[in-house]
Formats: sequence, C-alpha cells, structure tokens
Amino acid sequence: MSTPFYVSPQQAMADRAEYARKGIARGRSVVVLQYTDGVVFVAENPSRALHKVSEIYDRIAFAAVGKYNEFENLRIGGVRYADLRGYTYDREDVTARGLANVYAQTLGTIFSSAAEKPYEVELIVAEVGNAPEDDQIYRLPHDGSIVDEHGSVAVGGNADQISSYLDQHHREGMTLGEALKLAVESLSRDTNGGERTLTAEHLEVATLDRTRPQQRKFKRILGRQLSRLLDEHSGAEAEKPAEGAAGDAGSAEESAGAGESAGKGKGANGKGANGKGGSGASDKEASGSAGSSEGSEESSEE
Amino acid sequence: MDFLGEHSPDLLPGNRPLPPIQGAIEAPHGTTIVAATFPGGVVLAGDRRATMGNVIAQRDIEKVFPADEYSAVGIAGTAGLAVEMVKLFQLELEHFEKVEGAQLSLEGKANRLSTMIRGNLGMAMQGLAVVPLFAGWDVDREKGRIFSYDVTGGRSEEHGFASTGSGSVFARGALKKLYRDDFTENQAATAVVQALYDAADDDSATGGPDLARRIYPIVTVITDEGFKKLTEAEISEIARAVHERRFEQPDGPRAALL
Repeated sequence: MSTPFYVSPQQAMADRAEYARKGIARGRSVVVLQYTDGVVFVAENPSRALHKVSEIYDRIAFAAVGKYNEFENLRIGGVRYADLRGYTYDREDVTARGLANVYAQTLGTIFSSAAEKPYEVELIVAEVGNAPEDDQIYRLPHDGSIVDEHGSVAVGGNADQISSYLDQHHREGMTLGEALKLAVESLSRDTNGGERTLTAEHLEVATLDRTRPQQRKFKRILGRQLSRLLDEHSGAEAEKPAEGAAGDAGSAEESAGAGESAGKGKGANGKGANGKGGSGASDKEASGSAGSSEGSEESSEE
Repeated sequence: MDFLGEHSPDLLPGNRPLPPIQGAIEAPHGTTIVAATFPGGVVLAGDRRATMGNVIAQRDIEKVFPADEYSAVGIAGTAGLAVEMVKLFQLELEHFEKVEGAQLSLEGKANRLSTMIRGNLGMAMQGLAVVPLFAGWDVDREKGRIFSYDVTGGRSEEHGFASTGSGSVFARGALKKLYRDDFTENQAATAVVQALYDAADDDSATGGPDLARRIYPIVTVITDEGFKKLTEAEISEIARAVHERRFEQPDGPRAALL
C-alpha cells in the first residue's frame, strides 16, 4: 500500500504559486497608465471579440491576463457584484476598493484551497476619480493579495521589465496620446531585447475618461480613432528631436534604445533607479537618465 | 436579474406579499406621455404632474428616463412602482450589455419591458397599474421606433406617434391633427409640447407648462447619436412659443377642413 509523501505546507504553497506564475507568464501583457483625464488600459490582444479589458461600472474598469475562462468568470462576478450594489444602494456606493476586496477574497480562497487548482490570472481594477489624485489602481496577483498602485502598472508575461520601463518614463500630467505611445513602446519591447512593431490591429485600448459627459466613463478606443492617435504621436516623435526641443517623446525614444542593451548589460540599472528616485522632476530626470544611459550604451558596445 | 432573484428576491417587484385590503390604494399617479417619430429619430415627452385622487401630489415629477444609450421609457401609472420598474429595466439593459459585450436589439428591449409589466399584473388588479411608453433608435434598421403597452404586458408597435396615461386621448387627438412624417427634430418637439398642452387643457390630472414656476414638460430626443434630454432653455423656448400663440388661438393650431 502506498502512503502519500509528506509535502511541507511551504513547499505546497510555493508549488502552487509557481504553477500560477508560469501560467500567467505565458500570456501577453497588459499595461495601465494614469493620464491627465483618467486612466488608459492598453493590452496586446489580436482578438476583437475576446476582451482583456472591460467595463465593470460607471467609473470602474477591469483588466486581466492569464487563462481566459478564469478571468472571464471573475469579470462577470464583478459586474454582478457592482450592479447589485448599485441597484440596492446607489450608483455612488460602488467602489473599486470594495470590488478589489471581493476579488482578493475569491482569489485567496481558491489559491489556498487544496481541492482546486489556483487560478492562473492576474487582475487590475481601476477607478477614475474627479481629479488625478483620486484615481485608484489595484493590482491583484493570483494568490489573493492586493497591491495599491500609482501612476503605471503592468501585468502578464513580461511584467517586470515593462513596469520598470514604465516607472522610469511615466510622469504625471501626460496626455492620452503620450500615455498611449509610452504604453505601446513598453509593450513592444521583447524579453530578449528585440523590438516588435505593434499596430492598431494588435492592440486593445480603452479609457476611463473623467471628462466624458455620460455617467459611464468607460470607453473603448477602436479602429480609426486608435490608428489616428498612434500615428499622431509617431509623427510628433519624428519632429520633436529635429526641433531641438528637449521633448519627452524624444528622450523617451532615446532611452528606449538604450534600455535594450541595458536589459542585458545591467549597466544602466543604477541610473534607472536614480531616475525613479527623483520622479518628481521627471522631465529633467528623464532626459538626464536618457543621456547617461546613452553613455552606458556606448560602453556596452565596446 | 436571475442573480438578484436568487440572492435577494425581496428586491424584485412582483415578489412582495399583496396587501389584503380591498378598494383603491391612494398613491401618486403619473399621467400623460407622448412620443412621435421623425426622420432621423424619435421624441418622447411627458408632463410634470403626479396626482393622488383629486390632489396634485407633485408638480415637478420627472416621468421620462433614459433606458440606455439608444432608448427611453416614459411612465404613466403608479409613480413609485413605475420608477422602480424603470430602474430595474435600466439595470438589466446595462448588465446585459456589460456581460455579453453587445447591446440588446430594440425588439429585445421592448420584449423585456413587456415581461416586466406582466409581472406587475397582480398589483395592476389592485389599481396600481404601470403603463409605460418605450421609444428608441433602432441601430439595425436606422430609424426611431415607438412601442406602447397595456396593463397585461401586451406590446404593440406604433407608427408615427403614440401616447399613454390619463390625458392620452386628448394628446393623441391633438397629435393626430398636427403630425407630419417629415418633421424636423425641433418641429417634432414642438408637436409633442402642443399635444401635452392640449392634454392638460382637458385632463385635470395632466399639468401644462408652469411658466410662473418655470416647470416645463420633459422632452427627450433619441437619434443615431444617442439619448439627449433637451435643456431647460430649449424647452422653455418651445413652451413659451406655444403659450404665446394660445393667446390668439386658445385651442391651438387649426387643421385644414379637407
């Protein structure tokens, strides 16, 4: 008769976490950024029908990576929770914090219950406020913890690299076009340092726009509007460095080039951290770090 | 809806125990709603009066609501129940849209409202009827459409114009003489305000434009751009123009005899 092997609880949890992480890492990433008028969600998703980003309620939206059936389940649960809350009390009483708590409970229970396999998903729940300070972004990893994020966040396959890139280049008060451009830049960088071109067909973009007159602030940016926004900013990017203005677009582009080599060499990592530390004066810092990482690019080429 | 029924059935209309008392229950009633189509959309308008027996319960009630981006409901009947029914209807349309990722068809919305009215039949037998008028822009057929209902949930599509509520017979008579199928948006809005004026003229439960208190009918327009409620300035302009003309012709514009 075979007796089951003893597995320490630590080991069991580590195995489950490993399993979930691997599942999540297989998929493409989603990034969420704050901009002046709200929050923008950008996902790499060639499908028009199977969404990674969806509306939950008036001011709340949801983004997810991982297994589609699992996060779709959670999404519908979230819509039900929000609609029931709003109908029972008032539309104002539905908050991202409440929803994030429900998700955390659900994910946490599933993660630690031995009977079920852990969900291979990572979620973002965001709510747009009346001012940028009131915006809320919560990241919910597979194990049911909640992380309160500010400014920018990435989840999915290449999340670590993308979020460090976003941390360096995201600043307060970006326009939608600028934020979108930064998001696309960050998504188009591969793990191995290569770069892919992402066009409107590969992207799923949606915003929570606080300036929208309707009660429901969620809006998908589709087709022609998306290509126009993307083109506008790739055009502006070409002009700016030529003008000699220390434009953010220009410096972001330069350091994007530099970042590739830094990914392997780790030479610019220290500088990247510098840029993060002083993110208040992000304009100058960004161009400064861009300049210095250019130097490191040269050195790594040597 | 199913989820709500499972978890908190007491929140659903129609699931409450009926009161054992006999006779009419006194509760505020909404009165007249009119709608008219025009090329490019549909207008839905309502007066502002709620009555309880011979008393005016409220003179600035709003009885026309957006159901979703491309449709609106105007309610006549027991105000409390009707408002709750509309709230639930709005919730259902929005919920469907979010879960399925697509809007219901206009027919689908009209059918859903029909079922909800039928669910209220028990209350209607006690004198607490709700009879809405549903209007919307049909995205597939690209035209404005109107649906009217009876207390049992019977649904019928109306072509051109329709009305419901206690002043509906007078409003319908007025609109019948005024309506043309080549109205502009503004003409359609004027026609429904005229019809409401005539309803208020002959029906004590319908309120006319209250110029002293600046209470004007609610007029909403649904086109391919979605639902829009006319601003107070826009409606007051129409209502004042109608009112001015009535000093010369108290019975309103005259139609040709032949």
